[in-house]
Amino acid sequence: MDILDVVKKDYVTRLLAEGKREDGRKNDEYRSISVEKGVLQSAEGSALAIVGKTQVLAAVKFGVGTPYPDKPTEGVLSTNSEWPPLASPKFETGPPREGSIEFARVVDRGIRSSETLDFKSFYINEEKVWMLYLDLYVLDHDGNLIDAGALAGMAALMNAKMPRYEDEKVISDESNRQLPLKNTVVACTVAKVGKHFLLDPTLAEEAAMEGRVTIATTPEHICAGQKSGPVAVTKDELLEIADLSFKKGRELRSLLEQ
Amino acid sequence: MTEKEKPELFVHGKRLDGRTVEDLRPLKIQAGVLNSADGSAFVQWGNNKVLAGVYGPRECIPKHDSDPYKAVLKCRYNMAPFCSSGEHSRSGPSRRSTELSKVIREVFEGLILTDKYPKTMIEIYIEVLQSDGGTRCAAVTAAAVALADAGIPMRDMVAAVASGKIQEHIVADLGKDEDNYGQSDFPVAVSWRDKEILLFQMDGLLTRQQFEHALNLSISTVEKVKVLQKEALLRSFEEKNGSPRVNLNL
Repeated sequence: MDILDVVKKDYVTRLLAEGKREDGRKNDEYRSISVEKGVLQSAEGSALAIVGKTQVLAAVKFGVGTPYPDKPTEGVLSTNSEWPPLASPKFETGPPREGSIEFARVVDRGIRSSETLDFKSFYINEEKVWMLYLDLYVLDHDGNLIDAGALAGMAALMNAKMPRYEDEKVISDESNRQLPLKNTVVACTVAKVGKHFLLDPTLAEEAAMEGRVTIATTPEHICAGQKSGPVAVTKDELLEIADLSFKKGRELRSLLEQ
Repeated sequence: MTEKEKPELFVHGKRLDGRTVEDLRPLKIQAGVLNSADGSAFVQWGNNKVLAGVYGPRECIPKHDSDPYKAVLKCRYNMAPFCSSGEHSRSGPSRRSTELSKVIREVFEGLILTDKYPKTMIEIYIEVLQSDGGTRCAAVTAAAVALADAGIPMRDMVAAVASGKIQEHIVADLGKDEDNYGQSDFPVAVSWRDKEILLFQMDGLLTRQQFEHALNLSISTVEKVKVLQKEALLRSFEEKNGSPRVNLNL
């Protein structure tokens, strides 16, 4: 085990015993968040989400491809993540590790389950449908990648302009219309450190946590959930986290919809 | 190819296979089914056939993975390329199986007394031979029995089941079609004694009330799975050791 993690864990745990977090936040408080849409010109949609010192860049690109045989009239969403070594001394080059795969899949599950995208509207003809590629690029890792990734991903979709398909060509130009979305999905992650539940954990808090629970919400519904790490939670704790996710989800949604 | 017609999943209070909202599919659990593994279990759950084999604690390989304070847990959930009734699939890990291997491993990281066995590793291998919806829950259920069969000390045991939503009804133990054409999938693993939630994932749209309902239903349904796990372990113990000595008449 990394010796720095042992030191961080010790530090975070001792602070919590005095009722404090390392950056002075309340247990149910987010770090300062900013979301900037349209940061790239090459992609049809893009956004940079900054949560404290964590930065995640998301890009949406459209392509044309063949539909899946079991869903011949629906488009395809493909969410991938990249954890490049410049974002953390612990990230390595090479094929994605389980943490990176889980991160992309949880963000994807939130977007997919929220039904914000109408996959039937991505139908072109019998052989062709629109493919949406959502790439989540972690640029700086100071904890809670999932919430930042979900914010960046949602903002990139909100920013996306749908290209046209004419004469077997994908055309992106000024006249492209906005990608239609039915709602805004956001994710809230709570880490458990000892008996404390900490919203939006920093990297040091993640080193100290036994695990975390992420719940993604739309204004009316819970649309995705994931417990991660060896932590055990009770039924009542899980329900409290769901309530908190609804409450905090409203704050995050208003940031995105500005 | 035309899109498969979405079946009516819930008619007159009954589900596709005639179950009520609370019914479990037929579930059969056997412990100690393999010779080479230190512990094993076979779970047949609906048409799921899931085999779990466990090794350890044994020397940690590669050595740089080892932890001087506790045993390292390794887990692989793998779907056989022939396990679904659809097309033959590619062998090897998918993004889905990588995620499931992680969350299943984490269930047992919270249970196994790993600090008793520093520098060693404990391995859990799960093979889905036939899939019928709810394979991750069958996998957790099988792995728990295999670990107990191997005699690996745990602070509690665990069982799992997926609830879900079909046509606005919250139902227990989603089958394959209910998962594919339903509205929500809500797999949960719960410890036997303390009723702690050790695996929680969900997708689909649920209101806050439906979320609580599905969670409660999963927790109560897990009790039925637990009874069958216990019976499987008792049967295998009796076969190995003769009848347990419970009738000490002094």
